[in-house]
Amino acid sequence: MTTETMQRQQEVTYLEAISQALDEEMTRDERVFLMGEDIGTYGGAFRITEGFLQKYGEWRILDTPLAESGFVGAAIGAAMMGLRPVVEMQFADFISCAFDQITEVAAKNHYRWGAAVPMVIRAPFGGGIHGGPFHSECPEGWFFHSPGLKLVAPSTPYDAKGLLKAAIRDPNPVIYFEHKFLYRRIKAVLPQEDYIVPIGKAEVKRTGTDLSVITYGAMVHLALEAAQQLAKEGIEVEVVDLRTLIPLDIDTIYASVRKTSKAIMLHEDNKTGGIGAEIAARLAEDCFDCLDGPIIRIAPPDTPVPFSTPLEEFFLPKTSEIVSAAKKLVAY
Amino acid sequence: MNLADVTREIKRADLLQMYYYLRLTRAIEDRVTALYRQGRIVGGCYTSHGMEAISVGYASALERDDVIAPFHRDMGVFLIRGFTPGEILAQYLGKRTGPTKGKDGNVHMGDLKRGVIGFVSHLADNLPVAAGVALAFKIRGESRVAIAGTGDGGTSRGDFHEAMNFAAVRKLPVVFFCNNNQYAYSTPQRLQMAIHDVVDRAKAYGMPGEIVDGNDVAAVYLAARCAIARARAGEGPTFLEFKTMRMHGHSEHDPAKYVPAELLEEWKKKDPILKAEQLLTQLGYGDEASFHEAGERAKKEIEAGLEFAEQSPLPEGREVLEGVFADKADSY
Repeated sequence: MTTETMQRQQEVTYLEAISQALDEEMTRDERVFLMGEDIGTYGGAFRITEGFLQKYGEWRILDTPLAESGFVGAAIGAAMMGLRPVVEMQFADFISCAFDQITEVAAKNHYRWGAAVPMVIRAPFGGGIHGGPFHSECPEGWFFHSPGLKLVAPSTPYDAKGLLKAAIRDPNPVIYFEHKFLYRRIKAVLPQEDYIVPIGKAEVKRTGTDLSVITYGAMVHLALEAAQQLAKEGIEVEVVDLRTLIPLDIDTIYASVRKTSKAIMLHEDNKTGGIGAEIAARLAEDCFDCLDGPIIRIAPPDTPVPFSTPLEEFFLPKTSEIVSAAKKLVAY
Repeated sequence: MNLADVTREIKRADLLQMYYYLRLTRAIEDRVTALYRQGRIVGGCYTSHGMEAISVGYASALERDDVIAPFHRDMGVFLIRGFTPGEILAQYLGKRTGPTKGKDGNVHMGDLKRGVIGFVSHLADNLPVAAGVALAFKIRGESRVAIAGTGDGGTSRGDFHEAMNFAAVRKLPVVFFCNNNQYAYSTPQRLQMAIHDVVDRAKAYGMPGEIVDGNDVAAVYLAARCAIARARAGEGPTFLEFKTMRMHGHSEHDPAKYVPAELLEEWKKKDPILKAEQLLTQLGYGDEASFHEAGERAKKEIEAGLEFAEQSPLPEGREVLEGVFADKADSY
């Protein structure tokens, strides 16, 4: 095997895929620049932008003051002038500091006066890392309800790279939810050539006939794990990875549920008012005739994300939960 | 204002043009107030009555490709930037021919082509955005300037502080101002802040600050011009506190009985149009006849605009679904 072949076949982590996307887009498009806390000299809390400051300089890799509302607002202004800022929230939890700028300014600008805001906000979300209430949150629900924003949540290195590129090239404000639990835990070989994953397209990660699990983020892997276990008992689960939360690929969801007639919504965001609730409502409204059982939602209880290990384990969805819910649903 | 300074620093034609814009701004807002009282304008009606010298003064000091992020008492900005009275009145009447096609009302209008950022009701949100616009100019090496302001109330919000700080740290080409009209709705300045002069905040963020007579259009123009020149020369942001008085209620539905009558009497004598006329008379640039002529001209422009607005169609209900997302993002 040549060195070239070996390099081409080198696996890349989910985190490295994100880093590659940023690097490639910054090289490809001089309008792209990054803003966030500790992304420059330190290379980012998770090291995603390591080496970027040296490569791109301090006016394309901006170490910002500790002021999310201020620098998201600034990103909006720069985006309106035609630059392509990618803002990093050190943890998705801090996005609440910029809630006003995101939902009132960025989301509504184009609708009100035709001004596009081609900004991306990267938000490292999700738990399972002992982060507690302010470093483990899944805040996508808040923004799901804000017309004018696009929301994406990749579950694999391939999707992570492709969706980030698509987000940067999109003329609308996009919040990119990267799952921190997946950063170094999953790897894949990626294409050498430039590619994007289109925003607004879900992907069936595993085909099946007995029930559909509609999910996104780290939970996709939990669903696949459960599907493997269930396959041993002759139950074939179809796993639909949303990839994009807004705009929702409702066609792919409907096609799957029409095929299997049974659906489980699975997400790490709290149950009440989570995206699963919205999809369940749409299925009940538009696919009622094809449903052969109740729509189940598997999601954490309505509490903040707890810190202590037994508490967090109880909080997060488990493979065993998915397996038992699937068996019950199949028997319905 | 020292007459010799004015003669030396401001061209006769420019001062006369500023005077005309004072008259035009007053005329359009008086018209809007009248329409509101007649029930022909719905929603809120906020004017800059008695404060026109601020928007006219600073907008006159900018170059065509500088960018303004105004707040709700900056009507002069729109007129100077080429928003016709017809468009503005169409906006107030919710017509499809206004800058937001009925999607938003009153002063919530903007146009990137004319360098005006659409205002949002959340005060001080425009300041980080303006800092971001200036950031784009700096990144691209353009010698353009951004300007943004808010009222005394707006300076209590976090975004005011985050914007001032970020702009100073990065020495961005932006000018910030406070239209200190002494009341934020019913809240007098003493309940809004513990300091007497908002300008004290400039030093706290590491930028020069100046108190300016907000009712003297020549003083506003000169102070703004100086601050703008500093920014353009790469010396960073400046903060201007324009001292003035809110002569009407917070909005036209507000009788503002909480404002002491003596205060209004005192400031009536300092009316910006009155002061401009006094100045022009002293300089020999105008007289009663020319002032009257200007008033008539302004009135005619407004009436023509109203005719256009009244004859314009309202949007159709279905148009509510349009424009949530952008298809493209241009450079400005």
